[in-house]
Amino acid sequence: MDRILEYLRKEREKEWRVELRGKMKTKERTSLERLDMPESDPNVRNKSYIEVNKGLSVEQAMHEARRCIDCPKPTCIEGCPVGINIPKFIKKIEAGEFLESAKVLKETNALPAVCGRVCPQEVQCEQACFYTQKLGKPPVAIGNLERFAADYERNSGQISIPEISSRNGIKVASIGSGPSGLAFAGDMIKMGYDVTVFEALHEIGGVLKYGIPEFRLPNDIVDVEIEILRKMGVKFVTNFIVGKTTTIDDLKKEGYTAFFVGSGAGLPNFMNIPGENFIGILSSNEYLTRVNLMRAADPEYDTPVISGKKVAVIGGGNTAMDSVRTAKRLGAEKAMIIYRRSIEEMPARNEEIKHAQEEGIEFLNLNSPLEYFADENGRVNKMKLQKMKLGEPDNSGRRRPIPIKGSEYFIDVDTVIVSVGVSPNPLIPRSMKELDVSNWGTIKVNKDSLQSSVSGVFAGGDIVRGGATVILAMGDGRMAAAGMNKYIKEKVRNIISLVKEFNTIGDILDFATK
Amino acid sequence: MNKIVDKEYFSDNVVKLVIEAPAIAKSRKAGHFIILRVGSKGERIPLTIVGSDTEKGTITIIVQKMGVSSIKLVNLEVGDYITDVVGPLGNATHVEKVGTILASGGGVGVAPLLPIVDAFKKAGNKVITVLAARTKELVILEKQIREFSDEVIIMTDDGSYGKKGLVTNGMEEIIKREKIDLAVTVGPAIMMKFVSLLTKKYKIHTLASLNTIMVDGTGMCGACRVTVGGKTKFVCVDGPEFDAHQVDFDEMLNRLGAYKEQEEQAYNHYIDKYRKA
Repeated sequence: MDRILEYLRKEREKEWRVELRGKMKTKERTSLERLDMPESDPNVRNKSYIEVNKGLSVEQAMHEARRCIDCPKPTCIEGCPVGINIPKFIKKIEAGEFLESAKVLKETNALPAVCGRVCPQEVQCEQACFYTQKLGKPPVAIGNLERFAADYERNSGQISIPEISSRNGIKVASIGSGPSGLAFAGDMIKMGYDVTVFEALHEIGGVLKYGIPEFRLPNDIVDVEIEILRKMGVKFVTNFIVGKTTTIDDLKKEGYTAFFVGSGAGLPNFMNIPGENFIGILSSNEYLTRVNLMRAADPEYDTPVISGKKVAVIGGGNTAMDSVRTAKRLGAEKAMIIYRRSIEEMPARNEEIKHAQEEGIEFLNLNSPLEYFADENGRVNKMKLQKMKLGEPDNSGRRRPIPIKGSEYFIDVDTVIVSVGVSPNPLIPRSMKELDVSNWGTIKVNKDSLQSSVSGVFAGGDIVRGGATVILAMGDGRMAAAGMNKYIKEKVRNIISLVKEFNTIGDILDFATK
Repeated sequence: MNKIVDKEYFSDNVVKLVIEAPAIAKSRKAGHFIILRVGSKGERIPLTIVGSDTEKGTITIIVQKMGVSSIKLVNLEVGDYITDVVGPLGNATHVEKVGTILASGGGVGVAPLLPIVDAFKKAGNKVITVLAARTKELVILEKQIREFSDEVIIMTDDGSYGKKGLVTNGMEEIIKREKIDLAVTVGPAIMMKFVSLLTKKYKIHTLASLNTIMVDGTGMCGACRVTVGGKTKFVCVDGPEFDAHQVDFDEMLNRLGAYKEQEEQAYNHYIDKYRKA
């Protein structure tokens, strides 16, 4: 930690940073207003897949970058799960060196254009910003600036490939190509390892591809960042399920020394209420996979999707918002969120809730589904809801919803998307009996190294957390990479010290035959 | 990309394909399936692995023309590539020596039945198989099934081959004749439903291998969910085989029709395009 602080301090004392700081008084900087992210018209965007957030212009970005006072103690970095040198990349923007700024991002973040779009900065770096903490003012728009630098670089056609250490030839694998696996791969390849990423689906990217919709994160942007990893030397294998197509033991025989399991939270949860298996009721995973990964809404693609007119989405998280806004774009006349608590308790980002409201999404808060009903073809056509009120706070600190007796009522629906969380994917735990898992099926890991109960097998992201965010998964990927590097180095050191004890070839042969 | 190395027509609509897939060939067992995709705009479809050759590194699947995706697959020729193939998926059949097995397969369901019959035979069981089809031309894999069965009974709806009648008629005859220790059934959901009702009547433990709608096949989407013993199960990670007497076949039948309308539209769209071309 001290080494990192020392490094940051040195970086901050570099001539260009000192000079830049001197250009404006702190008071001038803090008197500048935070700029809002320009957005597409709600009534245009809710009928198309165009991105909602349009990105900052050069002028806007430079204005926003000037607000950052380049603190001596940059608390914002502590709020970043992947440890981006935030003041440095922002000051590069202020200096007009946008390509350099992007390079700074890529020092610690394999997916800056992704993070600049989907990170909940308001509870991370921006929450820890000096403005939020000490001034009670809106924080520097770190997320918007990250997106700006990453987008600028991509659009410039001068995409830099991060430097990598000389190759050490040691083979390691990531199981899963979602955010944790990609972050892991990015760090390991930089350290010189021979990295292969195995993916079960036919496309690389995991939840970034199948889960998050185009209007929040275009797949093309994800592909550009994956391409950079490929150019750095990361190998990708699609259509390959570790634990099924081949086992970890078989991969060890092929020379892989250590593994990172980032297989994600697979199984969608259902509520187990009557009628939940009628046609037209599906998980948000299924709905979003059909539309995002399989492009089902495009008639040129073969995968079908139900384009409901009266769509109810059950849940209050980001996935629920993604689903309901997708339903609106697919032509829903009524697209509703049904959530058992009030809007304040919703786990979704405020930005997503705001965008959904602007787009004409109806919010049925303090409502909980009790039962579904179907027509003669078994297709859902009605649901029974119960009104709720808020009681005392529960373990999560949010006020517990309490059913109001006698408040049951019915609404007409033709599609229901159940978005009430996911459970860990069981494929890896099932294929490795010696792996310690929790009662919920998540893999148990050492909290510092992220190593599992099996030596050389590390894990992170939703398979450990049970359901979190892209950026926390990426943080895990980086932490596991550091843990794995240490593990391998130690092993190598042990071998070297062992070898040093031998005086003759005969000693080695004696040892080997033992 | 997986190359097609052999193709054989069983009828106008039913085709056998042998595909290069060395890793899958090595790891697959009876009961496993794959998901494949034809073309960059294709959908993911699940198909049971009928057999494999570990030396050649190939797997065999059998496909019936049903909609756009299966037509695209059947239209591929030897030397062509399938865009994506992933597997083996699902749980392998739990095979052990139990005594006498009564296997039943209907239509193209005989294909997934073949490796199961093979495995039970190799485990030392006596295997009696009842094959059913609408008419003679639709009876497939008879020769191969005979290889692994001690006795084969063929039933056709129109009596054009074997005996006239339903699969359950053939099965009941056997059940009345001798003691059956385990029944295994694969075929259309409606057939499995009636097989299940029959064996329930005679208290014969029965396994049904289900083929439902799937997207990813790895437990992610939940499209394949069925009710088994009152609980929701996922065919892809909990199955594909379940205790038939616990399966809610009516619900499964209903769910199989979830995208009927869209599938018809897609089919018409495809045929239109095909005609124009």
